[in-house]
Amino acid sequence: MVRDRTFWSRAFDVANIVILGLITLSCLYPLWYTFCLSISNKSAANAGLVTFYPIGFSLVSYKEIISDIKFFNSFWISIQRTILGTGISLLVGIMMAYPLSKSKDEFRARDIIMWLLIFCMLFNGGLIPWYITVRNYGLLDTIWALVLAGGLPIFNTILIMNFFRSLPKDIEEAAVIDGAGPWRILFGIVVPCSIPVIATITLFVGVYHWNEFFHGLVLMSDATKYPLQTYIQQLVVSIPTNTSLTPDQYKRLSELSNQSLNAAKVFIAMIPMLIVYPFLQRYFVAGIMLGAIKE
Amino acid sequence: MKGKRGNVEKHYYLMVLPGLVWLFLFSIVPMVGIVMAFQDYNPGLGIFGSEWIGLENFRYLMQLDDSKQVIINTLIISSGKIVLNLLIPLIFALLLNEVTQLQYKKLVQTIVYLPHFISWVIMASIVINIFGYRGAINTIRGWFGLEPRLFMADPSIFRQLVIGTDVWKSFGFNAVIFLAALTSINPNLYEAATIDGTNRWQRTWYVTLPELKSTIVLLGVLGLGNILNAGFDQVYNLYNPLVYSTGDILDTWIYRLGLTNLQFSLATAAGLFKSVVSFVLITISYVLAYKFADYKIF
Repeated sequence: MVRDRTFWSRAFDVANIVILGLITLSCLYPLWYTFCLSISNKSAANAGLVTFYPIGFSLVSYKEIISDIKFFNSFWISIQRTILGTGISLLVGIMMAYPLSKSKDEFRARDIIMWLLIFCMLFNGGLIPWYITVRNYGLLDTIWALVLAGGLPIFNTILIMNFFRSLPKDIEEAAVIDGAGPWRILFGIVVPCSIPVIATITLFVGVYHWNEFFHGLVLMSDATKYPLQTYIQQLVVSIPTNTSLTPDQYKRLSELSNQSLNAAKVFIAMIPMLIVYPFLQRYFVAGIMLGAIKE
Repeated sequence: MKGKRGNVEKHYYLMVLPGLVWLFLFSIVPMVGIVMAFQDYNPGLGIFGSEWIGLENFRYLMQLDDSKQVIINTLIISSGKIVLNLLIPLIFALLLNEVTQLQYKKLVQTIVYLPHFISWVIMASIVINIFGYRGAINTIRGWFGLEPRLFMADPSIFRQLVIGTDVWKSFGFNAVIFLAALTSINPNLYEAATIDGTNRWQRTWYVTLPELKSTIVLLGVLGLGNILNAGFDQVYNLYNPLVYSTGDILDTWIYRLGLTNLQFSLATAAGLFKSVVSFVLITISYVLAYKFADYKIF
């Protein structure tokens, strides 16, 4: 592309880089702020002295977490949920997406199933019927409520299906001639050819399971069964919703909390995300585009 | 040959079976529970024993002052989000597109996507810290001699806070689709425009924006379908009883009605109202998206 070399054009470039830099820093600041709070002295954190850097360096919060069995327990529940939930969703989604990527001639039930999926994606029974159903299955207080109750991730299945459709037909035909059956073709050829989209969906489903707090809140009556996000929600964010508060009471309530300990818990909850993200990040832009936009 | 095809098809049915069972158990069975909206549901009697009362629950809901306020809040918060979540990512994508240093561009992109992947529980606790009485914003206000404010307990700014933090959390990720659309613009158009003596601003206005028009229309139309979804996770984690008057949305209200106050039938009726209206709106928005932007989900 031809570039301008005029003064105003260059001035814009400089201003643009500065503005984008500030915007970028604004996305990092909350993480940095939380980190600073977590390693600051408890009283400095509670007094609101921490703004841009830690004050009164102290690792007491992290020491306290190490001896907190409840925290590790919920951390472990979240890990189990994320691994089981992502694995099952992905497997079921891939198995469903493959036949649906075929034409109506090859798989006659395709259109009916497709319409059923779209209907279930757009319409649901609402919170209470859903809750009562899960309760009737006897899933309350089990990990399976967390893993399965969110339902089949239909939109992700459609993304995978769209990607499968864009693969060249010739590879599959060659495999058929070599005597490969449908399962062999799916897991031996189609899936390995679809790594970008599968990595993207893995990231999305994994992040969903890791971040989800509501199912833990509603479906677990026993607080020791809470996944990490629900544990943190109850501890850090939750304010009694049924009582009437005055602004003064609200203020006192929020001042009661141990800022640096809470910040440390929040920060630790972010770490798995921060570790996995860079590895999958390079895939997801390509993955979204390939799944979402078709020629 | 025909027999062989049937054989392959049998495996296809096996492949979709687990998904269909899952769909049945967790999507279709709960739909049966919708009948509660037309009953005076009694947990002891179940949906087969409870008394039928027709549309009484809906009539009662319409009379509540809460329901009107909640619908107004939902519409204000989500329309604010729809407009700004379109505009800010667009501007951001255009600015980022003007950056010629590739590495800087990549770095910016990687970092601004990040907040999208952090849960609202975590983000809300950070937002509450930053906007708290002794948080960073009040500390900075103090430097200018301003009194600290109780931001999180102030109904007059709660909506702005919700919209603002949502846009901040997701603008980077929402820009992905614009950035992708920008890369697919034919460079010849810019060459031609340059030869015609246009400057950068004119090229953005007369080439880039018209080329992005269909993407903008598409995202706007799809957003409209979700106007009753103002973001449960965010509001639930940010609000408190002091800001119910401006911050309570349909989803949080249904949650309190049903699972906190145990008004199962009323909450189901409110949920059904929301599901039906959303279903109609989303269907319309998909039809429009197909018509104007040639968008198909499958």
